[in-house]
Amino acid sequence: MRYTKDHEWMVSRDGEVVVGITEFAANQLGDIVFIELPEEGATIEAGAEIAVVESVKAASDILAPASGVVTAVNDAIISNPGLVNEDPLGEGWFFRMEFDDSGEFDTFLGKEEYQLLTQE
Amino acid sequence: MTAPPTLYHPDDFANLRHIGPSTSEIESMLGELGFESLDALIDAAIPPEVKRSAPLDLGDPLTEKQVLKKIREVAAKNKVCTSLIGTGYYGTSIPSVIQRNILENPAWYTAYTPYQPEISQGRLEALLNFQTMICDLAGLEIANASLLDEATACAEAMAMAVRFTKSRARTFIVDHCCHPQSIAVLRTRARPLGIDLRVGNASEEIRSQEVFGALFQYPDTYGLVRDLREDIRHLHDAGATAVVSADLLALSMLKEPGALGADIAVGTTQRFGVPVGFGGPHAGYIACGEKYWRQMPGRIVGVSVDSRGRKALRLALQTREQHIRREKATSNICTAQVLPAVLASMYAVYHGPRGIRAIAERVNLLARRLATALEAIGFPPDHRDFFDTVTVNVGTKQSGILSLALAENINLRKIGSDRVGISFDELTDEVTLSSVCRAFGADSSVPLESGKFELPIDLLRDSAFLTHPVFNMNRCEAGATRYMRRLADRDLALDRCMIPLGSCTMKLNAAAEMMPVTWPEFGELHPHVPLGQAEGYIEMIDDLSSKLCALTGFDAISMQPNSGAQGEFAGLMAILAYHESRGENDRSICLIPTSAHGTNAASARMAGMSVVGIETNQDGTIDLETFEETSRKVGARLGATMITYPSTHGVFEPTIMRIAEITHRNGGQVYMDGANLNALVGLARLGDLGSDVSHLNLHKTFCIPHGGGGPGMGPIGVKSHLAPFLPKDPISPDAERSVSSAAFGSPSILLVSWAYVLLMGGSGLTQATKVAILNANYIAHRLRKRYEICYSGTNGLVAHECIVDTRLAVAGTCVSVEDVAKRLIDNGFHPPTMSWPVLGTLMIEPTESECKAELDRFCDAMLEIHGEIEKIRDAKIDPHDNPLKNAPHTIMDIVGDWGRPYTRSDGCFPAGAMKDAKYWPPVNRIDNVWGDRNFVGLQRTGNA
Repeated sequence: MRYTKDHEWMVSRDGEVVVGITEFAANQLGDIVFIELPEEGATIEAGAEIAVVESVKAASDILAPASGVVTAVNDAIISNPGLVNEDPLGEGWFFRMEFDDSGEFDTFLGKEEYQLLTQE
Repeated sequence: MTAPPTLYHPDDFANLRHIGPSTSEIESMLGELGFESLDALIDAAIPPEVKRSAPLDLGDPLTEKQVLKKIREVAAKNKVCTSLIGTGYYGTSIPSVIQRNILENPAWYTAYTPYQPEISQGRLEALLNFQTMICDLAGLEIANASLLDEATACAEAMAMAVRFTKSRARTFIVDHCCHPQSIAVLRTRARPLGIDLRVGNASEEIRSQEVFGALFQYPDTYGLVRDLREDIRHLHDAGATAVVSADLLALSMLKEPGALGADIAVGTTQRFGVPVGFGGPHAGYIACGEKYWRQMPGRIVGVSVDSRGRKALRLALQTREQHIRREKATSNICTAQVLPAVLASMYAVYHGPRGIRAIAERVNLLARRLATALEAIGFPPDHRDFFDTVTVNVGTKQSGILSLALAENINLRKIGSDRVGISFDELTDEVTLSSVCRAFGADSSVPLESGKFELPIDLLRDSAFLTHPVFNMNRCEAGATRYMRRLADRDLALDRCMIPLGSCTMKLNAAAEMMPVTWPEFGELHPHVPLGQAEGYIEMIDDLSSKLCALTGFDAISMQPNSGAQGEFAGLMAILAYHESRGENDRSICLIPTSAHGTNAASARMAGMSVVGIETNQDGTIDLETFEETSRKVGARLGATMITYPSTHGVFEPTIMRIAEITHRNGGQVYMDGANLNALVGLARLGDLGSDVSHLNLHKTFCIPHGGGGPGMGPIGVKSHLAPFLPKDPISPDAERSVSSAAFGSPSILLVSWAYVLLMGGSGLTQATKVAILNANYIAHRLRKRYEICYSGTNGLVAHECIVDTRLAVAGTCVSVEDVAKRLIDNGFHPPTMSWPVLGTLMIEPTESECKAELDRFCDAMLEIHGEIEKIRDAKIDPHDNPLKNAPHTIMDIVGDWGRPYTRSDGCFPAGAMKDAKYWPPVNRIDNVWGDRNFVGLQRTGNA
């Protein structure tokens, strides 16, 4: 599992990368009430705002971790945003994508580095 | 004890009625603070370089009787004619029972925005009725709780369309038969968003180019009722959005926008019983289909449940708001027009669907009779399909007909040089009809024929509306009175307690200040009447403007902005136009401290500026070196610095003038947010501190009541070099930068501010500011014993508000600042501003209107709450089952099994609660999460 500084996690599986938000992010946001996801098949650029998460106390944008194409989105969290609070690393995943440069995956933060970030 | 007769001046409104603490209370509070006199406190609180030495000279304070007499004289200078000008403003009759029980009832008009839903259930229900009424009439699924006016509603709809239209087109078409004021405001708003706005024949324009949306007026401004379905289908096929600005009364007879295929409907609710008032205030509306609702701006009331699972209402989707999204916000709207919206919704509750329909049919019938008569004497109407407005080409006879009508005391609409428009309304009767006929040269008999002008059959409405029981059970006045009373009783407003909301200045809204608002000489004036009929209004606006200039140090004022946020937008647009006039088109960066209210950033974005944040120190102050460096770096791109004074942390920063000076040196302009003006009036002037433009929240500092969340007024004051760039009258041919439907925004409520300034005089206003500062420092002083007071300026003193940090007090417990706020409800208080500008704090602004006893009741409550937290910390009471976590307590708590580890008395009657006048919130703590996850924004039978 890899992480971005913006509290997203990524898992590489069969050439695709699954993306979600970390437990830390889900806790910080509190009860999530609404999620907007990118469209399947969309071409996205690294750093672009491609999804929105709203809780009762905050609204925040999810940034594309890398450039690529969205291959699938998790419709379950649209109808039940609470899944992200309950199981952020599992059923609460956001979308899957193919990186334009598959080598980029390993350049992201590892577990220890991410943990250091959240302890600050 | 009675004061000696010589010390009692019954006419002294300023000191005796407006200012809460008596002379002896002021002395005693000063004693506790360790100051010999009020002036000594003020000298210690305000940096000498900021304070102005010359006293504020606005004339002597007047008595209530003198002021009312003066306003009567001014009222007499307005000439009340029957205005059949239409263009979005119509004669209407506010039912007396609504006027008396809502418009003239402090329980409704002194309430605050319903951020604290447990104490706002009454007006939230009225607003839910409003949303239901709009959805029903418009035939769409979601409506918000109102917008500022029709023109800004059109602009918000255009901005929504940009956001959700997939098309890459940047062109928006406005049909040329839309109301002129809407077109003017759309022009202002389109440009900074990069929208290519085209005004023309929409049917043709949408077919000749790629567009992302179009706006139609329905019926159009000249009265034509046109089938829009073909055009809307064409827009949809092209992936574009259809916006329809529709007349609510007409919709009771005509096919609703939803049935025509419209994606968004907008308009005004003025003709539902809200006086025209020379332009406002009125509630605009917006409604859309379910798929777009997340993009909807403004406030939306939604249904949720409380901790007992009972139905409870609250504002939904609060996180989309500008103060959280800042420069990413999609709109800078912070407010609604709650009071006018409540009036309009009660009009629907009172008349019901059959009543509304009957009113509409009568208006239509009279218009048809008029058209028949005019045709008979050689003036056939321009179009035969109309609801209430007949337009006639009269050739060279235009001026003759207009003046004959005027001789009958009737204003008709002058269209171009050869046409005349006549719009009928609820007040039109046979007498009006025959007068109009006479003006056209017909004989004096009232025409009875009407048959030749039936509305087109395929545009007649065939769906039901206002079907919910609330619109069908309050026909009799006893029922209506009790319904309004029942709702009012659920809410906590200034008529029951202090509302110590930081940055909101919830001061007294005196009865005398409110009275002229409902006088017909002010209420019945159409905004487009010849100015000769509005001399009273003009005199009042001129005098108020010059007084506001004198007390702020500005040279000119525009009354057009209807809210603080709109003032910010108008002010920034003036700054940009000024730069542009000097060929400095690149000055588009706006420097905003990170501690600023998020609306500042949202307004800057709307004006097309880029926001650069200025990091602030821990205490919210700006570091001069950092600021200087950033300004220099931005250099020739620096457009403006936006800053609040006193700061959002409630401190008189002595560096303010240096910040202004650095901004000016780098070619920028200074926008000072006037939200905290209540700390300055009579003591310092924003203009002297270096501000080039500021908005003044008349609903804060100058006594316009909050109305439960609107109307507000945010006029802007400018230095002379910016005066040419103020918003222009939206219906003038050279309209530019117009931000509201009407030239003077909401003129009828300017009377409140004018009365206030007259009653207080310069000396009274100055004294009010001093006492506001004293009251804030007194609270800070008393609470400091138990809580940390976050920020203070020179000599440890705060300005007119103080930030109480609860974080240290609650450390080690699971009590949150929200628990403390809700516990204040049990104490009979409206909770203060929560977690702004600093998380975990309460910002408290008592204003000058609160007497010492009320301040002490509040402090006692806060200190007892601290004791309750201590008990939790010392494990003397359950950490999750205690008075704070269970707050607020309701009657339902005491009638059932109590079963709590504290007594009923401890739970329900804490220190602040008044034993003989206990306020019981109607619901327990409301579940925001449930409501946002299961959104319902309508009255449904049996919902929740």
